[in-house]
Amino acid sequence: MKNNFVKINRTGPVLFSDYKENSALKKAVRMSRNDILFELRESGLKGRGGAGFPVSTKWMLTAATNADKKYLICNADEGEPGTFKDRVLLTEYPELVLEGMIIAGYTIGAQEGIIYLRAEYSYLIEFIQSKIDEMHKSNLLGKSICGNKDFEFEIKIFPGSGAYVCGEETALIESMEGNRGEPRNRPPFPVNTGYLGYPTVVNNVETLAAIPHIINNGGEWYHKFGTDKSTGSKLFSISGDCKNPGVYELPWGITIKDLLEIAGAEDTKAVQVGGASGICLPESQFSKKVSYEEISTGGSVMIFNKDRNMLKVLKNFMEFFVEESCGQCTPCRIGNVKLLEGIEMIEKNEYSMEYINKLKELGETMKVASKCGLGQSSPNPFISILDNFKDEIFTKN
Amino acid sequence: MEKELRSPVSQRPQEIRKYDSNSGIGAEVTIELNGEKLKVPMGKSILEICRENNIHIPTLCYHEDLCIAGNCRMCLVEIEGMRTLQTACSYPVTTPVKIKTFSNKVRKARRHVIDLLLSEHYGECYSCIRNNNCELQTLAREYGVDSYEFGHVCEPRFEIDNSSAAVIRDMDKCILCRRCVRTCIDLQEVGVLEAVNRGYDTKISTFLDKPLADVICINCGQCINRCPTAALHANDPSDLVWKAIEDPSKHVVLQTAPSPRAAMGEEFGLPAGLSMTGQLNTAVKRIGFDKVFDTNFSADLTIMEEGTELLNRLKKALVDKDDSVKLPQFTSCSPGWVKFIEHFYPEYLDYLSTAKSPQQMFGAIIKTFYAQEENIDPANIVTVALMPCAAKKFECNRPEMNSSGFKDVDYGLTTREMAKMIREAGLVLPDLPKSGFDDPFGEASGAGLIFGSTGGVMEAALRTVYELVTGRPVPFSNLNIDACRGVKGIKEASIKLENCKEDFSFLEGVDLKFIVAHGTANAKVVMEMLIKGELKDYHFIEIMACPGGCIGGGGQPIPTSEAIRKLRAKAIYAEEANLPVRKSHENPKIKYIYDKFLTDGPCGKLSHKLLHTKYIKRGKYIN
Repeated sequence: MKNNFVKINRTGPVLFSDYKENSALKKAVRMSRNDILFELRESGLKGRGGAGFPVSTKWMLTAATNADKKYLICNADEGEPGTFKDRVLLTEYPELVLEGMIIAGYTIGAQEGIIYLRAEYSYLIEFIQSKIDEMHKSNLLGKSICGNKDFEFEIKIFPGSGAYVCGEETALIESMEGNRGEPRNRPPFPVNTGYLGYPTVVNNVETLAAIPHIINNGGEWYHKFGTDKSTGSKLFSISGDCKNPGVYELPWGITIKDLLEIAGAEDTKAVQVGGASGICLPESQFSKKVSYEEISTGGSVMIFNKDRNMLKVLKNFMEFFVEESCGQCTPCRIGNVKLLEGIEMIEKNEYSMEYINKLKELGETMKVASKCGLGQSSPNPFISILDNFKDEIFTKN
Repeated sequence: MEKELRSPVSQRPQEIRKYDSNSGIGAEVTIELNGEKLKVPMGKSILEICRENNIHIPTLCYHEDLCIAGNCRMCLVEIEGMRTLQTACSYPVTTPVKIKTFSNKVRKARRHVIDLLLSEHYGECYSCIRNNNCELQTLAREYGVDSYEFGHVCEPRFEIDNSSAAVIRDMDKCILCRRCVRTCIDLQEVGVLEAVNRGYDTKISTFLDKPLADVICINCGQCINRCPTAALHANDPSDLVWKAIEDPSKHVVLQTAPSPRAAMGEEFGLPAGLSMTGQLNTAVKRIGFDKVFDTNFSADLTIMEEGTELLNRLKKALVDKDDSVKLPQFTSCSPGWVKFIEHFYPEYLDYLSTAKSPQQMFGAIIKTFYAQEENIDPANIVTVALMPCAAKKFECNRPEMNSSGFKDVDYGLTTREMAKMIREAGLVLPDLPKSGFDDPFGEASGAGLIFGSTGGVMEAALRTVYELVTGRPVPFSNLNIDACRGVKGIKEASIKLENCKEDFSFLEGVDLKFIVAHGTANAKVVMEMLIKGELKDYHFIEIMACPGGCIGGGGQPIPTSEAIRKLRAKAIYAEEANLPVRKSHENPKIKYIYDKFLTDGPCGKLSHKLLHTKYIKRGKYIN
């Protein structure tokens, strides 16, 4: 598959390292499920969508549940602004993702895997389907996979319809069931009551792509990369004011400063880590490390140089959240609008610091009171940009 | 045949393994609630635990009749060790959690939620129909709201939809708790209301945003009873009723149904379950109604007509071997149910009894027989019906309901609207002396009274039909047919007809099988059984559109819950047990009307003209 952006530096310790197609799958179906879960626990792999839930725990919970059916869903609804790493995986390394799915299905006892593909990636359906068909022909899908009579698995593609919130796993499941794409109450979690009420594992594309490498090289090997609590490597989608935007595989724990150097960024004023819902760092914090324990991210790194107006940046993010809130819960539905109105007040120079502080408090409430990750993280840019760039934003008063 | 859980997976409570005993390992979990140690059953929600321990948790989207939504975020509580607050309504306790229900974080979040809702809520409390009975207003008071922290909308943004004779939608008052959506889709399985659009643009809409009168709304009004604000309310004709009362040329007659009488006290601060029949009679006479009659009289009339119709159908089927006769016969006194079957099962309308509802029968009798007896020009009679029902407003406006030559029933008032009229008149209902109904329709049997509760029509009909056929009273202690009573969604039983009278020898040995269902979701289950041919050996089906029957009607006092409905039903059954006449056919006034007016008997020619009706094949597709 031809990619429509330049291929830069497609080397990395794990995902972009050499891999012999199907080797991990053939190995996995001869391993016991417990052994796979053990390797996974050793690896310390955490969910790559952003929330960072330990993958082995998620799988273990589902594997341990008795049910007639179980589902494995590959979350390819890559909608976080500034994130495009899953697209690279799906176009350049589809076999890693598909094999990861099959291994996951084998481990948790699912018979069906579904790729929830972002609406904007629908041009990939044919390509991925052709890969699935090929795997069928090679007996890597279907019945008695790789000669293991007890294991059958199918993979389907489910095209999304374009809502950002459907990247949230329970909203994703709702939309697959034909309902409004709105997050569910948790508990129950999908591992217990997921798609159509059956136990379901939802994993990010990148998470699944790491599985074959862990199977081949062992959990201990994977654990060597990254930091103590953030093991392995991460794909970064670097964009914005830099010479070399693109997708990079780097070990966790890399500093913002080093990221900027790799990207060839100069005169950088701010870096938004984690997409629109992430936080915005000023130069004074560029020595911070990107990791679950310090600055967590689903992979997006947006670089803003000294010419950028941070209030406009913030307004752009908040407009996005107002547009994409599902509208179900009060704090997110109305709260985001109030935050955006606050930004417009600052723009027009018609604000009081008292009210802005009130909005920041509202933001703190939204973080703990909203139903899902969207409303819980949408105040992040509001609070971090107003705090970290107050000199620039509030000079007029 | 109990209704299967249809609610979306997202709204179902988590399934927690149930244990046989409360003492087994894992059956209980020890939690800390505001610092106090408690043993609670595994899987119980935090909200339930708090309510049982007298800790008040504010709620808006939660309603005990409905599945869980967790979208208003009012009931947030803090659980130690968790980053985010959790909704008490949806969180089942399965681990030894430490819960704080009023920490600083919690209070602040709840206040923020109220502030945000108020910022979007148009209007002022004093100009609101739900003033003093609004859950949002109550919460604002509880949390000491004294200013609009995040602004307030000052201009209406929606047009009020008053197209429906029954339900008015004022979306400017809507707080998007979606109780109406869950009521319509999950509780009643009608599905007229749904959230559309996304985010800030989300609103509750009908299909293609059509006026409510143009969609398949059955007018049951259950959404009104569950709306926390005034976004949904009944179409109130009380101004027109006042006008009629104040017009000296008009003779204004009120009929009162049993259910409003059993619930009216709640509007005046009394606990549920106190019957106010006598006080209400006094109140309405003081207000200026010329006569007050008991709808139970026409309920008795309904039993005579519907019961006779059933026997006629049975005879045609069993003796004449007429294949075109439709059995089982379905009751037709619930106008919500009638519109439901017209929309959802139009091809099965022939199963419906042609008998009008008691309200409409009464209207027709008042404007014919009563007008004649009292020598009043029916053109000057205004008939008003006090009903527990929103759909009755639609029913009395059905164009075919004019067999008397006039509009049979001019206005339908709900319990809430009558309470308002009584308050306007400066009367304190509980303090009033009791008085009786007016003649000639002042007497009614207990059979008519129990129409108010689910199973009541069936019980009343069986008392009469069984006795007509066998010459003996129903073989149950004290005439109480317990199989018809109770809140189970679908009840089913049978009575064997033995030693029948000569006229009814064709029924000898027949096991009269019947089903009682309430709530249209249960009606749907019964209809599906009918379609599958599973009801071939059944004879009579009672269906009420509202959960609990009329006592849970869409015109009844707000709030509603199963506990409240049970108390109202109890009041009705208690009153009934002490009445001298408890069978419709023994009501002396019923005998009188068939002697004097409907002389060709039940289901005779005049009855057919005045007391029976036709239905419309509406279907689900509307232009």
